[in-house]
Amino acid sequence: MLLMRGIEQRAMNLYRQGRVPGSFYDGYGQEAVSTGATFAMAAEDRICALHRDLAAHVVRGTEPERILAQYMGRATGITRGRDGNVHFGDKERGLVGMVSMLPDMMLVATGMAMAFKLRGEARAALTFFGDGSTSRGDFHEALNWAAVQRLPVIFVLENNQYAYSTPTALQFAVDPVERARAYGMAGETVDGNDPEAMFEATRAARERAVAGGGPTLIEAVTMRMHGHAAHDDMRYVPPEQLAAWRERDPIDLQERRLSALTEPFDAAALRAEVQAEIDAATERALAAPMPSPETALEGIFADEAVPLGDGRAPWSGFAAADATALAQEA
Amino acid sequence: MAELTYLQAISDGLREEMRADERVFLMGEDIGTFGGAFKVTDGFIDEFGATRVMDTPLAESGIVGTAVGAAVVGMRPVCEMQFSDFVACGFDQLVNVAGKMHYRQGLAVPITVRLPSGGGFSGGPFHSQNPEAWFMHAPGLKVVAPSTPEDAKGLLIKGIRDPNPVIYLEHKNLYRRIRGEVPEGVYETDFSARVARAGDELVVIAYGAMVHTALAATTPEQLDGASVEVLDLRSLVPLDEEAILASVRKCSKVVVLDEANATCAAGAQVAALIAEKGFEDLDGPVVRVATPDVPIPFSPPLEQAVLPGVDRVKEACRDLLAY
Repeated sequence: MLLMRGIEQRAMNLYRQGRVPGSFYDGYGQEAVSTGATFAMAAEDRICALHRDLAAHVVRGTEPERILAQYMGRATGITRGRDGNVHFGDKERGLVGMVSMLPDMMLVATGMAMAFKLRGEARAALTFFGDGSTSRGDFHEALNWAAVQRLPVIFVLENNQYAYSTPTALQFAVDPVERARAYGMAGETVDGNDPEAMFEATRAARERAVAGGGPTLIEAVTMRMHGHAAHDDMRYVPPEQLAAWRERDPIDLQERRLSALTEPFDAAALRAEVQAEIDAATERALAAPMPSPETALEGIFADEAVPLGDGRAPWSGFAAADATALAQEA
Repeated sequence: MAELTYLQAISDGLREEMRADERVFLMGEDIGTFGGAFKVTDGFIDEFGATRVMDTPLAESGIVGTAVGAAVVGMRPVCEMQFSDFVACGFDQLVNVAGKMHYRQGLAVPITVRLPSGGGFSGGPFHSQNPEAWFMHAPGLKVVAPSTPEDAKGLLIKGIRDPNPVIYLEHKNLYRRIRGEVPEGVYETDFSARVARAGDELVVIAYGAMVHTALAATTPEQLDGASVEVLDLRSLVPLDEEAILASVRKCSKVVVLDEANATCAAGAQVAALIAEKGFEDLDGPVVRVATPDVPIPFSPPLEQAVLPGVDRVKEACRDLLAY
């Protein structure tokens, strides 16, 4: 969470210095969602992360230097300057980058889960999406498809209260988690500002998925504490709403929780360590070259198909669970 | 070699490639027990089972989107749109997700999307379209359109093996009308043009069903003995520029024939290419024959009035030969 916030704060500064072209989108205040959920996934699982989910990339092992280079359109960024912002996914780490038509990725994740099931593999796919995405047809097609085929896919609805400026009251007329039952899958509303709650809900969903129990819709209730993008002054958000959520900052919550443990926890030292890593990554990213204009037409078509690789999975609690699930399937 | 219909050749290609590669599986509406609206996958479910011949929910965006997901984790899905017209509902997944994936992330998307396309049998505005130009305009997608049974099989196998998204247009009006010798086993047909009939006074450039219209309209008996070449493009992306320009050099007079609506059609791209790179070889204006920019009407006299037929092509050739 600290890395996500630190990288994004650094990127916002670089944007204001004119070093990040285009615009800049961050997930300030939502760090717990992608952190907790991604920690609960296994290395061989696959993830579609969106623009408020930078921690998914960090947890899977994408280096801060390549992320910052990506924002700045450098040749060493993950898309080598082909795409901007957090429109990326490190294929070596099992991540598929988003497109701007956000719920599109729900179908891609559903398809990955479909392949896992076809091949009898104990793996799962996870996709994030927002409250605005629930209004698009692909949301419906994905939830319905995954439920009909009982696929091992986890849908994380990141309800951050606003789709750009549009509040959820103008987006849906039901509690969105009720849709899980309507489609025929498990559903749960989770405090999206609590990384441990996100981890637990995702872990349970993954276990159900690989055991053949089908998809899960997790509604992570959180708040987008910044504008839609760097230019957005959020005049449409009541100040008292922001103030209330500021009290529930996910990093502060987790820091208080860790400090209450009996083991000594040095928050300042951890923050300093993270900051040093980001400083070093920034220097290297700033020193990286811009892409050569001659490469603009390269890579439109592929010469060979290499599937996604595995990501880093810092929590390794799945070995036993997977063996059990496989034994049950056999 | 066996003599097969165009439709049987497509089935044969699918079946052979599914036997050869277990990563290949089929997705579509009513393709399993029913065998597909046109029976291309008739009996497949008995040989390959319901997981490899998957009856999907009625959701074209879902078909394409989940195919993309399956492809990036190592599968080779082949999607059937029941009619090419319905690919409009999967347009976003093709154009924004599949087509741009490799350029952006270096991640290949080996999917094949079969589009039963074209008119000529009162399918009306929603069962007769030729949507190839929509996808030619979107970077990252390959677009092929066979006209013969042999090419139908070879281009399909080549498309399934291609690491990129391939839009495969199979013309419904050829399904049972056209028969031909088809090699047995698996073979690939290159994404390049072929000379369907050699000639040297005029070339008709076409693809899909219009190749047959061109051949029927331009026999020497009908055109006072004129020697007319017919170039079958077979692939629209990539477009075989070399073959097009070679025919232009040889014949100097060109009719470009599309069944699709005229504006920005594949033929418009061919005409632009010739204007740019073949101008010095021309002995007359590039003539286009295509469907006017109108939805394909239902009633036979109306449909026949808009789709390019043998008479229109013949007339265009006759005028150009006299130029």
